[in-house]
Formats: sequence, C-alpha cells, structure tokens
Amino acid sequence: MTASEVWAALDEVEDPEIPVVSLVDLGVIRDIRVDGDRVHVAFTPTFLGCPALEVMRDRMAAKIAGLGAEPDVEIVLDDSWSTDRITAAGREKLRAAGFAPPAPRPARTPTLVQLQKGFRCPYCGSTDTRLDNLFGPTPCRSIRYCESCRQPFEQFKTI
Amino acid sequence: MTGSAGRSSSPRDDDVLLEIADDELVVGWRNSEWTGIAPVLEEDVAFSSIAQNEIGHARALYGLLADDADALAFDRAPDEYRCAPLVQLRFIPDWARTIARHVLYEAADELRIERLKASDDPDVAGLAAKIDREEVYHRLHAQMWAERLRDEVRYREALDELWPYAAAMLERDLRPELAARLELELPRDKVLLGLDRGVHGEDWPALWEEMTMVRRSVPGATW
Repeated sequence: MTASEVWAALDEVEDPEIPVVSLVDLGVIRDIRVDGDRVHVAFTPTFLGCPALEVMRDRMAAKIAGLGAEPDVEIVLDDSWSTDRITAAGREKLRAAGFAPPAPRPARTPTLVQLQKGFRCPYCGSTDTRLDNLFGPTPCRSIRYCESCRQPFEQFKTI
Repeated sequence: MTGSAGRSSSPRDDDVLLEIADDELVVGWRNSEWTGIAPVLEEDVAFSSIAQNEIGHARALYGLLADDADALAFDRAPDEYRCAPLVQLRFIPDWARTIARHVLYEAADELRIERLKASDDPDVAGLAAKIDREEVYHRLHAQMWAERLRDEVRYREALDELWPYAAAMLERDLRPELAARLELELPRDKVLLGLDRGVHGEDWPALWEEMTMVRRSVPGATW
C-alpha cells in the first residue's frame, strides 16, 4: 500500500458536521506514513472544542482498517492548521452547499469593522452582505445576511 | 511530555498550565449558563459557542498535564481547583456584570496566552498559538459589547467592581500591562486581599457540585 492510496481513501471520509467536504478537503490531515502493515496518520483538529474530533479519528481508523492495514491515528494539537489549509476543491464544495468559504488569513488580526461587510453571498454572489453574528451553529461558523437576496448564510470563520 | 527535556533554562510551569486550564473550564461553565436564556438569540449562540471553545481549551491543556483529561477536570476535591475568583462568580441574570467579566477576562487571558506562545516548550507554544486563533473571536465579541454598553451606568459599575478580580487573576508581573491595555488604574494590594487564586468564594460549592455531578454519579464508568 502507498501513501497516495491512503490519501485517496481518506478523501472519501466526510466531515461529520459538513458532509459535503472530506477530511482531505478540510486540510486537517497533516501527514500519512505507511510502514509495512501500519498506517500512521497525523491530523489536527479545526477547533479545539470541536465535538467531532473523536468521530473523525474513528472514521479514519475504520477506513484504513478497511484497506487491510492497521491504523495509527494521532491527534496533533499544534498550530499547523488554519482555514488557509482548506483546499480549492473544498472551498468550491462549501460554496455550492451554501457555506461561504473562509477568507484568506490576513497579515493582521481582523477588526470588527472589517468583518462587517464585503463578504460574498454563496447564493447570489452579491457582496452586499452584513455580519449577523460572529458565532454560529458550530465553532467554525459565523452567520451573515445577504441584503441582495435576503438570505441568511453561514460563513466559515477565518482562523 | 516531549520537548522540554534539555531546555532547563525555561522549564514548563505545570502549575500555571493547570491554573489556566481551570480558569477556562470554569469560565466556560459560567458562559454556558446563558444557553437558552440570553437576552437575545444571537447571544444564546455566541455564549454557547464561546463556552464550547473555552472548555475545549481546558481539555487540551489538561491533556498536556495528564493522560486522562477528564479525571483531572472532574475528579478533584473542591478546594483543589486553582481557578481564579473572577470565574467562579455566578451572574445569572445580570447581563452587565456578565459582559464586564467577559471583557476583563478576555483581556487578561490574551496576555497570558501571549506568554505561553513564547514558551521554549514546543507543545505549550504550539497549543497556545492554536488557542489564540480561536480567542481572537472572543475578543472581538467582547469588544463589540464593550462599545455597545460603554455609557451604561450598570456596566461601568460592574467594570469597577470586577477589575480587581481580573488583575488578581494574572501573575503579578503581567498586571501593569493589563491595566495599561484596559486604561484602568492598577489596584492597590489591599484591594486584592481575598482575591487570590485558590480562594474559593460562596458561588463555588454549587458550581463544583453541578459540574462533577454526573461523573460522581457512576464512579469509574466509561462514558
């Protein structure tokens, strides 16, 4: 078995909370090493309080076991994940499902004023949107409202 | 843990990590008390989400200190917790004091996270940097409310009341910087009497009771 076969298999593992994207799309898999029958996966959670952490780990382990290998999934709590690691394919899938993908990480911490306006609505494409709530249904999402198509939508926070 | 061996110039301070973890766990609990009863729906969502983050940070910090984060979080006697008096206070249904604590806590927390990010221990520094990415949003939320309530008498009074608690929450050498950032005057030592970390106030026993109730109900269970 090769590492690229494992990458391809893990690209079929859905995010438990936003199933339109895979764990590979999310960029949470940092490293895959194949060592004989053992497959080592290092992955970083998106948010530390994410309740889907154990589900992600177990789904990856099950997928690897399904390939006939012995899984060793390590959770790495370092600073290597940011929303900039979400792949281009992942961003497109998010947009198509009605989630505005995260903006690129700015050099400086964003201000409240910068977060108010200008983000693109995933439904109609207008940038006439406003921030409704910094927080949303999961830690990774904010709520916005589109003044153009009058549709509230969720946006991935940039972290 | 890995990383700190051979870097004895700046050993990891596990006491400080436990203090921060206990603060995050308990302030997370206090924030979660607004779930479902906040004055506006947006704040039900916001405080619930902030609570989830803070408890997630506590879990990760406990995980640096022990193999079983849950045991460290929930299996200690009430007087063994190291949380600061500020986070123990129960404010339901007082929104002004809730926001004052939120503003003060997030400002103080930012300073000590900055210190952890500069740690020689890569596990500590890496985790602190990850925590900080999430805390940015807590600070923005606190700042939004601070601006909204700036001229409200109840909010100003709550800030005055709780400011000594926030100063006492930090290591002594960080307090002048906190005062400068908040544009408040550093409290005199006698004002800080009784606010030391490790002091447990009258709101603490009921919180501990509730927080550990389920776990104590079936000792040793696998959940």
